[in-house]
Amino acid sequence: MERSEILKKVNEVFIDNLDNDDIVLTENSSADDIEEWDSLTHVQLVVAVEKKLNIRFNAKEIQSWKNVGEMIDSISTKL
Amino acid sequence: MHTFSQLKKNLKKDFSSLAPVKIALLGDTATQLLAQAIRGAGYDDGFDLQVWEADFNQVERQVFDDTSELFEYKPDIIIIFHSTHKLLAKYNKLKPAERSGLAQGRMDLIAQINDKVKEQLKSKIIYYNYTEIDDAVFGNYAGKITSSFLFQLRKLNFELMQFAVNQNNFYLCDISTIQNQVGKNSFFHSSVYINTEMVLSLEILPAIALQTTGLIKVLHGKIKKCLVLDLDNTLWGGIIGDDGIENIQVGSLGIGKAFTEFQYWIKKMQQRGIILAVCSKNTESVAREPFEKHPDMVLRLEDIAVFVANWENKADNIRHIQSILNIGFDSMVFLDDNPFERNLVRENIPDITVPELPEDPAEYLEFLYPLNLFETISFSEEDNERTKQYQVEAQRTVMQQKFTNEDDFLKSLEMRSLVEPFNKFNTPRVSQLSLRSNQFNLRTVRYTEADIERIASDNNYASFSFTLEDKFGDNGLICVIVLKKEDNDSLFIETWLMSCRVLKRGMENFVLNSIISYAKEQGYQYLKGEYIPTAKNEMVKDHYKNLGFTQDNNYWVNYVSTYINKKSFITVK
Repeated sequence: MERSEILKKVNEVFIDNLDNDDIVLTENSSADDIEEWDSLTHVQLVVAVEKKLNIRFNAKEIQSWKNVGEMIDSISTKL
Repeated sequence: MHTFSQLKKNLKKDFSSLAPVKIALLGDTATQLLAQAIRGAGYDDGFDLQVWEADFNQVERQVFDDTSELFEYKPDIIIIFHSTHKLLAKYNKLKPAERSGLAQGRMDLIAQINDKVKEQLKSKIIYYNYTEIDDAVFGNYAGKITSSFLFQLRKLNFELMQFAVNQNNFYLCDISTIQNQVGKNSFFHSSVYINTEMVLSLEILPAIALQTTGLIKVLHGKIKKCLVLDLDNTLWGGIIGDDGIENIQVGSLGIGKAFTEFQYWIKKMQQRGIILAVCSKNTESVAREPFEKHPDMVLRLEDIAVFVANWENKADNIRHIQSILNIGFDSMVFLDDNPFERNLVRENIPDITVPELPEDPAEYLEFLYPLNLFETISFSEEDNERTKQYQVEAQRTVMQQKFTNEDDFLKSLEMRSLVEPFNKFNTPRVSQLSLRSNQFNLRTVRYTEADIERIASDNNYASFSFTLEDKFGDNGLICVIVLKKEDNDSLFIETWLMSCRVLKRGMENFVLNSIISYAKEQGYQYLKGEYIPTAKNEMVKDHYKNLGFTQDNNYWVNYVSTYINKKSFITVK
């Protein structure tokens, strides 16, 4: 799967779980850019991405991401 | 079942018209998402659950500090979630010699928490039991050695049940059962745990929330009382009208086994006090035949309170059953294998619960178990008798038609009533009746057994319970009165509730005679009553007016000096 396609899918997860249609993610987006993205909703987002793409992250990966691009790095190793 | 994000979307909806309940959630792991799930699930059941969450890992601090936020908040319900993970962490730190005391140590703590809450608050406690973790240190030998974690864990769950038996404000929420149903891989999500200290996966949160709100619903009187059953391909395999009694499938062979086991489950529900009714499209005599003659039938006619078999539509038949039993549609469950009938009933009677039974009868039970349809917080010996009482009621109805004069009919019943204050023998039934009665209930105050005990020992209250028996049978305890002393002149009727089973027997007159005479003896000037309307108690809107009380603003009063005893055919037992 292309990175742009993964980004699109991750974007859909954010829109759905944060209940905000206006979210447009880039690879540089981080929790600072999106109001509803906090430590609590983060768990929900990660689990929803896992479910949508049928993958499983390990605990260390989840802690390491600084932005959406790094999350996509992890995802692309699993697809 | 909703997903977590669906429950979360509920949080943005309008809660203003829903019944508020104050909940405190105390846990030793991260519980923020659980709190959201519980509030969201409450919305679907018509509750505004105002969940206050203690800071992380503060169970003991909140409970043992008199000045804590918990005591300031004064919740209606306290949910306590001690996790198995934290218990294991505690076990890990114990010296080997101390490990066999783990369960006892935790039970002591729980007992202290319970005492402290009881002493200072009127809150009910919902305590989550422990999901299983096997640390596999001893392998199968864990079952033979008291110091293994698994031994202590299972002992703890057992001791919790023993403890709960004797505590009437302490309710267990069985989350261990949920883990058994879905498996630990779904229940627990390692990376979520490591990163957030949450021991519940997002996937399982809705099930935990429902198990919790199920209890909260029952604590507020929302319970299922009646199971309405289809016959062909629901209670037995095949169609009795076409296949005949010798060919329907029930018994130990083949698919018959599924129906037999299903019937045993229904029979246990009946023995627990759930009323059974039959609603079938059949000729009545044909439909009755298996109950009378089939050797492998578990259910018999005496188990069925109302038997309706005809060719009318099922929604009308269920309305008929409802009118005989005099209970709300929302307390009824309808089981039918036929999707058409299920939809017809659902569309015409929105309040009734109609589970989407699987196509394969072999799956009926495994499908129904997790739905936990018949949650309860009470059980009394009388529950066994309920079916008989409804059948006797049907007999009385027949006899009443023979008398043209109502007084003659009432006289002929030879009614007797035992009038007693609340005591340790009638406490469970009194509490149960206060939780179950919605229609004939003037103020709809719900009492737990602990509330009843408190009233019984408080000099500012006078309590009355009434039984009613007649020549047909014993209805048991059917009426509850709680009187509160307001001042030297006035006795306030805090509660007047009655089972709808005994309407139109002149019980109201008998009860009023009894409590007026008490008021007179004690030197009060008048009784004061109040009607608080709910969605269900319109039946008693004019109760006090009909009994000759006079209106005084929002209250109704009746002076003892001018009271003339009302006509009653009930004698004191």
